[in-house]
Amino acid sequence: MSGALPIERVIPPGAARRRLRGRDPLLAGCVVVIAALVLMALLAPLIAPHDPDASDILAANEGSSLSHPLGTDSVGRDILSRIIHGARLSLLGPALVVVAATVGGVAVALVTAWRGGRVDTVASRVLDILFAFPGLIFAILAVAMFGTGLVAPVIALSIAYLPYIARVIRSAAIRERALPYVEACQVAGMSPLRICWRHLLPNLLPYVAVQAAVSFGYALVDLSALSYLGLGVQPPSAEWGRMVADGQAAILNGNPEASLYAGMAIVVTVLAFNLLADRLVRRTAQ
Amino acid sequence: MLTRLAGLLLTLLVASVVIYGALYLAPGDPSTLLAGNKATPRTLESIREQWHLDDPFYERYWAWLSGAVRGDLGESFTYKQSVGSLISDRIGTTTLLIAYAFALVLVGGVLLGIVGALRPRAGAGITAVSSVGIAVPSYVAAIVLITVFAVELGWFPVFGDGTGFLDRLWHLTLPAIALALAWNAYVAQLTKAAVHEESLRDHVATARSRGVAEGAIVRRHIVRNALIPITTVLGITIAGLVAGTVVIEQSFNLNGIGSLLVQATSSKDFALVQGISLLLVTIFVVVNVGVDLLNAALDPRLRTERRP
Repeated sequence: MSGALPIERVIPPGAARRRLRGRDPLLAGCVVVIAALVLMALLAPLIAPHDPDASDILAANEGSSLSHPLGTDSVGRDILSRIIHGARLSLLGPALVVVAATVGGVAVALVTAWRGGRVDTVASRVLDILFAFPGLIFAILAVAMFGTGLVAPVIALSIAYLPYIARVIRSAAIRERALPYVEACQVAGMSPLRICWRHLLPNLLPYVAVQAAVSFGYALVDLSALSYLGLGVQPPSAEWGRMVADGQAAILNGNPEASLYAGMAIVVTVLAFNLLADRLVRRTAQ
Repeated sequence: MLTRLAGLLLTLLVASVVIYGALYLAPGDPSTLLAGNKATPRTLESIREQWHLDDPFYERYWAWLSGAVRGDLGESFTYKQSVGSLISDRIGTTTLLIAYAFALVLVGGVLLGIVGALRPRAGAGITAVSSVGIAVPSYVAAIVLITVFAVELGWFPVFGDGTGFLDRLWHLTLPAIALALAWNAYVAQLTKAAVHEESLRDHVATARSRGVAEGAIVRRHIVRNALIPITTVLGITIAGLVAGTVVIEQSFNLNGIGSLLVQATSSKDFALVQGISLLLVTIFVVVNVGVDLLNAALDPRLRTERRP
């Protein structure tokens, strides 16, 4: 056990932190934006200036003012409050998809990389078949079966995203497994499960983080698309995709604010996660 | 080649089992799902017979699949029409939209990528713009385009698919741009990376040192070799555009199979959902295999090398 440790490719934690602080303001920016979005979702009732569902027909389609910084929508609800509250459902769905798909994908990757041979061949074939299902169509099929809401699409997208994560992590895990320290651990009598958990997985974490960040962006686009189509989160719940759809009728009367601000919230979030993944790739490649 | 085709058939078979089996995994009686909640006992009876619901699963599945291969996908209870004719009435709009969007990606994305790789100063700008472009979902692009070009400027119609070819193209311009935007950015980034990688190869430097004209180097030595990753990306793009029409047809009230799928799903019209899903997944799989074959044609090494 102790003989195995020095061979591990461990980046000293201090060095990694120094590089982040010194050279990558973009990465830091993404982390700040994402943290702000998560805080916004968690603290929504405390920071939202108005009740997101309180409508006031007399104050419909108002421009920005002190009381309504982003104006009001076509039934007089405060747009800013709806976007702040909308962060909850909008971010919860993708988060669940990413956790489920990542845990499943990493498990499949580790098992196939460790066992190799027939297990690997069969699993790869099954993953190839899963690739044939576009996530969005699969999610729509699930909605047709189990009805609208967040549950069916989240399960369907978790299954649809799993093969993408499994494929990338599998090839990284195969490279990692061939390193001498794994054999050293085996000689030292460690069980495969322990080696995977204590040594392989920690070394694969940078790859896992990149895949999770990329998947979050895509899951957000797909889930809010479903809500936009009226197949996901149902009105009057605040959710960004839903808000884009709800505001679309008002565009024709020259009041596009409700749709545009909700759309902007989606774009900013997806962009932050995409850039985060991008910067993480660059760091692991160094 | 043969293993590719066998893989294609296997994938399609599994996909069809999943799509068909969904009917039985869904809570509720399959005959009610197919006929709708308001169906009379008499209709339910005829549905059970028409769909062979009293037979064992594999027989039912076989009856459905052999019907599907002949173009008979059952009847939609909301439209009281055969699924096949509902699809064939609308497939034209969807195909035109996908083709239009693909043409935009082909011209815009690939060209931007090549220019970006060869002109470093333009490249930085293209990378920045395309990073943002990738993050814009098609329906958000749609509302921005509607706001600016249809409502504010009035250059394009807001809704509908139009009549006659030119009018249709005009109606489909904003939808095609909205659909193509993110893919344009994606293709531009990957093309740029592929061309950049090729331009650093030794044989390019050799050609340059021997005084081969720059245009010929770009065409014959750089772009030609970068074509393989580019075709792969374009294949993914077609597949993505097919899935994307489902959303964008709804944004612009287009009467295609995408919006039909959404309506069918909200009204739980199962026969219609199955038929359209099967068609979309088939297109998806065929495009993937087509890309593999095209790559093999472009790269002689892939033909002789045995794949692991």
